[in-house]
Amino acid sequence: MALTLDKPPKTAKVSKNGKPTGAGPRVKRHFSRQWQLWVMLIPAIGFTALFAYGPMYGIQLAFREFDFTKGLTGGEWVGLKYFVKFFESPQFWTLMRNTATISLTTLVFGFVAPIFLAILVNQVISRRRKRFTQTATYLPHFISIVVIVGMLQVFLSPSTGLITRFLGFFGIEGVNFLGSTSTFVPVYVISEVWQHCGWNSIIYLAALAGVNTQLYEAARIDGANRFQVIRHIDFPALVPTMVVLLILNMGGVLNAGFEKIFLMQNTLNLPVSEVISTYVYKIGIIGSQFSYSTAIGLFNTAINFAFLVITNQIAKRVSNTSLW
Amino acid sequence: MSTLTRLRSRTPGDIAFTVLVSVSLVVIVFVTLYPIYFVMIASVSAPALVQAGDVSFIPKGINWFGYEQILNDSRIWNGYKNTLIYTVLGTAVNMLVTIPAAYALSRRDFAARRPLMLFFAFTMFFNGGLIPTYMLYKEIGLLNNMWVFILPSALNVYNLIIARAFYEHSLPEELYEAATLDGANHFQFFFKMAIPLSKAILSVIMLYYIVQHWNDFFTGLIFIRDYDKQPLQIVLRDILISNTAFAGGAGGAGGTGGGYGQQFADQIKYGVIVVSTLPVIILYPFLQKYFEKGVMIGSVKG
Repeated sequence: MALTLDKPPKTAKVSKNGKPTGAGPRVKRHFSRQWQLWVMLIPAIGFTALFAYGPMYGIQLAFREFDFTKGLTGGEWVGLKYFVKFFESPQFWTLMRNTATISLTTLVFGFVAPIFLAILVNQVISRRRKRFTQTATYLPHFISIVVIVGMLQVFLSPSTGLITRFLGFFGIEGVNFLGSTSTFVPVYVISEVWQHCGWNSIIYLAALAGVNTQLYEAARIDGANRFQVIRHIDFPALVPTMVVLLILNMGGVLNAGFEKIFLMQNTLNLPVSEVISTYVYKIGIIGSQFSYSTAIGLFNTAINFAFLVITNQIAKRVSNTSLW
Repeated sequence: MSTLTRLRSRTPGDIAFTVLVSVSLVVIVFVTLYPIYFVMIASVSAPALVQAGDVSFIPKGINWFGYEQILNDSRIWNGYKNTLIYTVLGTAVNMLVTIPAAYALSRRDFAARRPLMLFFAFTMFFNGGLIPTYMLYKEIGLLNNMWVFILPSALNVYNLIIARAFYEHSLPEELYEAATLDGANHFQFFFKMAIPLSKAILSVIMLYYIVQHWNDFFTGLIFIRDYDKQPLQIVLRDILISNTAFAGGAGGAGGTGGGYGQQFADQIKYGVIVVSTLPVIILYPFLQKYFEKGVMIGSVKG
């Protein structure tokens, strides 16, 4: 099938000329059908080419001196000037440290929590209770980031906030959670886990639903307790999914979520909350240093992409699981 | 399931385990739902009682001051209107672009499908970055233009993959062959068979797109200057986070000016959260199984 499709329409013509039938008319028919598939793809290809690949063409701005009169690609070629400027700037290490801290902490906790939750939920036998637990834990996923940060602000407001008061019972008092450099990352990560843990557990629950029930039967006969069942049956069933998700997450290793961090930022927590993406926004969109901010953005994307490829290669070797 | 039932509570250890699991899940569900519930009751309770910590499970000193302020604030309704327009138009464009493409890419006899899949998937991991995107939009006139909410986000590759996986695995090949024998072409098969048979996955993807548009904050922040074009999320930001004063008084974080004080500002915030999130919260329990289905189908193949 596939082979015949690769042939150019010439083959179809040959069959028209009275060659023996068989593959000929079929090829012709296939080709005459494929234009319809192309028509169905045109909008998607067009939008992707313009809005995803279009900006990639503009990446050359990182290597050029931006010139308002000459447009995007007309500026003078300056090579790595802006990359060097970034590496030598006093902000470089602060930005790298902040970005890596926030994204790696989120990656670790955001990766582990859904696995725990899925294993827990999978222990529930009553279907109704299981469904309720799932419905409840998925819900926060659909709340917008603006509302989440707004909720954080009212709940964590010093002295009157719900969470501030609750922590007061445990003797934790007088902390301005959103305005302190030591609490910014925990608040960010915990709220991330709160919001997405349930949703991200779905994929693991799906993997657990696929476990052969005979394995449980066999384990029971062998006298395994519930913890051993989890350890030796459930957990191994999750590993392939874990590997794929880990690879995907590594592709965002320097992708600390712009919107949430930007909304959580204030002058007090800025020393730990300024990350690459918010810095690019400030010097690029607000400050109009187009070439410089493009270079920083490209550096960020390139590191992410490199991590994705490297993790994928390692996973391929170690566990035979990979994205491509 | 039946196996698990028989596994339940065999030994004291297993009973302890069951208790531990149940308690953990109750705590998790409580921690997840309580903040949302609290916002709802706080939005109709007397602000002074909320601040003093007297409101925990039932609303006290019921008053609608917050909602009255919200009803009279034209910014919120304008934002609501804009978001509705962007969501409806945007989702329509999304579906028109995504679904036919997903069908085409699902055809195993389509020669170009692998390279095209790579063409789309690559954009999930690599992009031009903020500034080149901004410059491009500027060049093609999308800056400060309502279409910036609709056109650039026309295709979400993740949704494309979900829909493609569905067509690939759940649309029987025999059906296609039978239709072909009857002389149907791709258009006819797509409209008469594929679409009717994929209503569930179409609603999943539509819901994903609706939520994406409803919660979009980034586009308004970066690309829109006129306040009357801003979506709900930007208005929310100004009220919830930037503490912009309401028409009736001062709501600033340190605002000492006249009108109502910080406590009323908080009540307004609770109300705004409810008003903006209510559509999602009300619809959600009914749609939840569809959302879940989307993730399941997407996970079938990477």
